[in-house]
Amino acid sequence: MKVIATYNIKGGVGKTTAAVNLSYLAAQDGLRTLLWDLDPQAAATYMFRVRARVKGGGQALIRGTRGLDEAIKGTDFDRLDLLPGDFTYRNMDLLLDGAKHRVRRLSRLLSPLAGDYDLVVLDCPPGISLVSENVLHAAGLILVPLIPTTLSLRTLDQLTDFVASFDGPRPEVLAFFSMVDRRKRLHREIAERLPTQRADVAAAAVPALAVIERMAVERAPVPAYAPRSQAARSYEDLWAEVGKRVLG
Amino acid sequence: MEVRSHEFEIADPGPPPLGRIRDELAVAFTVAGDRRAKRVRRIWLDTFDWRLYRAGLTLQYVGGSGPGELVLTGGGGQQLTARARQARWPCLPGGLPPGPLRDRVAAVAGLRALLPRVSVVSQVSELRLLNEDEKTVARITVDAMTLPAPQGAAIAARLAVAEVRGYPAAARRVGHILTGTGGVVPSRQTALDAALSAAGQRGADYTGKVVVPLLPATPGAEAVSAILLQQLDALEANVDGVLHHIDTEFLHDLRIAVRRTRTALKLLGHVLPGELTLRFASEFRWLGDTTTPLRDLDVQLLSLPSMAAQLVAASADDLQPLAAYLTRRRAAERRKLSRALRSARFDAMVGDWRKALLVPRAAGHASGPRAAGQPSGPRAAELSADRTRRAHTRVLRLGSAITASSPAESLHTLRKRCKELRYVLEFFTSLHDPQLYAAALADLKRLQDCLGEFQDSEVQSAEIQSLAAAMLARQAAPASTLLAMGELAAQLGTRQRAARADFADRFAQFAGGAGRHRMAALTAGDSR
Repeated sequence: MKVIATYNIKGGVGKTTAAVNLSYLAAQDGLRTLLWDLDPQAAATYMFRVRARVKGGGQALIRGTRGLDEAIKGTDFDRLDLLPGDFTYRNMDLLLDGAKHRVRRLSRLLSPLAGDYDLVVLDCPPGISLVSENVLHAAGLILVPLIPTTLSLRTLDQLTDFVASFDGPRPEVLAFFSMVDRRKRLHREIAERLPTQRADVAAAAVPALAVIERMAVERAPVPAYAPRSQAARSYEDLWAEVGKRVLG
Repeated sequence: MEVRSHEFEIADPGPPPLGRIRDELAVAFTVAGDRRAKRVRRIWLDTFDWRLYRAGLTLQYVGGSGPGELVLTGGGGQQLTARARQARWPCLPGGLPPGPLRDRVAAVAGLRALLPRVSVVSQVSELRLLNEDEKTVARITVDAMTLPAPQGAAIAARLAVAEVRGYPAAARRVGHILTGTGGVVPSRQTALDAALSAAGQRGADYTGKVVVPLLPATPGAEAVSAILLQQLDALEANVDGVLHHIDTEFLHDLRIAVRRTRTALKLLGHVLPGELTLRFASEFRWLGDTTTPLRDLDVQLLSLPSMAAQLVAASADDLQPLAAYLTRRRAAERRKLSRALRSARFDAMVGDWRKALLVPRAAGHASGPRAAGQPSGPRAAELSADRTRRAHTRVLRLGSAITASSPAESLHTLRKRCKELRYVLEFFTSLHDPQLYAAALADLKRLQDCLGEFQDSEVQSAEIQSLAAAMLARQAAPASTLLAMGELAAQLGTRQRAARADFADRFAQFAGGAGRHRMAALTAGDSR
């Protein structure tokens, strides 16, 4: 079972849309896929029309009184399941702080699902917290959506340095440009130049498009309701790169 | 990812009343889905000896216009699915797509290939049931199956309600609504049983075990003929599988049928006309001997991966030339065996044997000497008791004479006698008390396992040494391969010594008071 995570310290950069669309594409590719919506806002959960509620809340999951498998919901799509978000996840940091193996707790909770899924996608809330540290330890690949600005790149470097300081296995970090506005010169320049200069930046980029914003209206992944759109193609290209890195 | 499915049948013949079903469900759910049925082909797969069926599992390949899918269903309706990129059958479990479905199938099917057992053409409509968030909470598949041409018979339409993970209550509610819909009833049989029944077949119609229903008073000759006829059926049933090289167990089962036949002729043949035993014993010896080289190579090739995994000094790759050599030899031996099984001698042997076996049975029925109160030879219960007792006594006598200094040959002879005892017990299974019989068989199996390990290790070790000599002579192996083979031979030697050291305890257990008591009860006549 491979684990990937979408993560960025900043909010509103396209983490959830990437997590939803990549999970969908992985399942379409035949992988048994689980998306865990770790964000208390539960946007990914909403997009799959699942109610944002976990019995016993985050506390039951983190303490292990309720197995993750009991909280999983099937989506409308073959091979794609969802572990819903829940507003109680806002306290997850506190719960993790009180748990044994506080930075590897999520990894341990996921391990019993190894026989059930080929891929787990973690949709991580923004910020630097014990939750994100757990996610960085649990995932083999961290997918970082970046808006093409100079400051975003600085954030990527900070994250890479942080991951490099880990003892034991370290996840691979792969950034991709998100919400790229082709009308902006800086966006165009950075999105074209960086992938050729840095191996940790994906060639595929996701443009800022209204069809992606419609996900919250359609409550479905882009390739499911607009399969021929440019946005769907962008996510397919991104999945091709991510899948290659994760699955070999 | 496992989901649960609940199955229903539509009792009325004709096309499924989709409109009525939709209307009933619309009271509680928003009903979405294809209004147009799609055509798919379903092929149910199982091993030749129905291992999945007997384990309460069904495996079907569902192929339509897109990529095919494999669906494994358990007795409780739990389903595992996997995409099937190719649909070539027969296929060994290892050829299925990797994942939990393959693991589950492989655990049950073992070495056996998956074969198509029955197929249907289905007109499938899929309905999705949505909650107030327009989330799919259950799926219904309406399936109108017909047998493919030329049979073309229609099978009662079926409804399968599949749970969506995390929404079990919705599926239960759908089931409740459906059973209140006129003409929809919970299915009494699986879709596989319905398809088999329409095709005039039934599941689990072959077993490698001896299944001959006998009564204690059945005349001995009739009982022995019935036992031998079942073995002949088993032998003939496996010939095609051997000829088409479907899996190694066809030859294994064929050889067991031959060995059982030879044992029955030796131990029970005296109740048949004398010339029968004489004539056919030599023919079955010929057949048994003809199959031995191929089976030996099968065993070598099957055991190679586990033995290679235990290599210490050499690596598994060093054995590649050996595997290739064995595979080539196996192909040559297969051709030889195929020629024998297609020969006039084999055809005449099985044909004449069947005719010969049917004669005493018919005579027994026609004359009914016992029924008329004129005994002519032993009854089944007497025959079973007498022959089992003799076989058991022989095993005890031979085993008791074996000491630490006895030659290997004495253990090999004992193994043969144990096999005879095992077969004679199995022939009369239906006359025995099931618990007593199972316990006695378990005693015997423990001893047989030890003797088997001892002899198989010796045979394999000798075979590896002779292979090494042959490969060296033909320059078919580098030094690394020969060294790895030496390590294999050493492994086998260790195993053989361990089995030899174990023998005294195993035999003492078998020959102890409890074992003798059980065997005495079984041979006291009708143990039921």
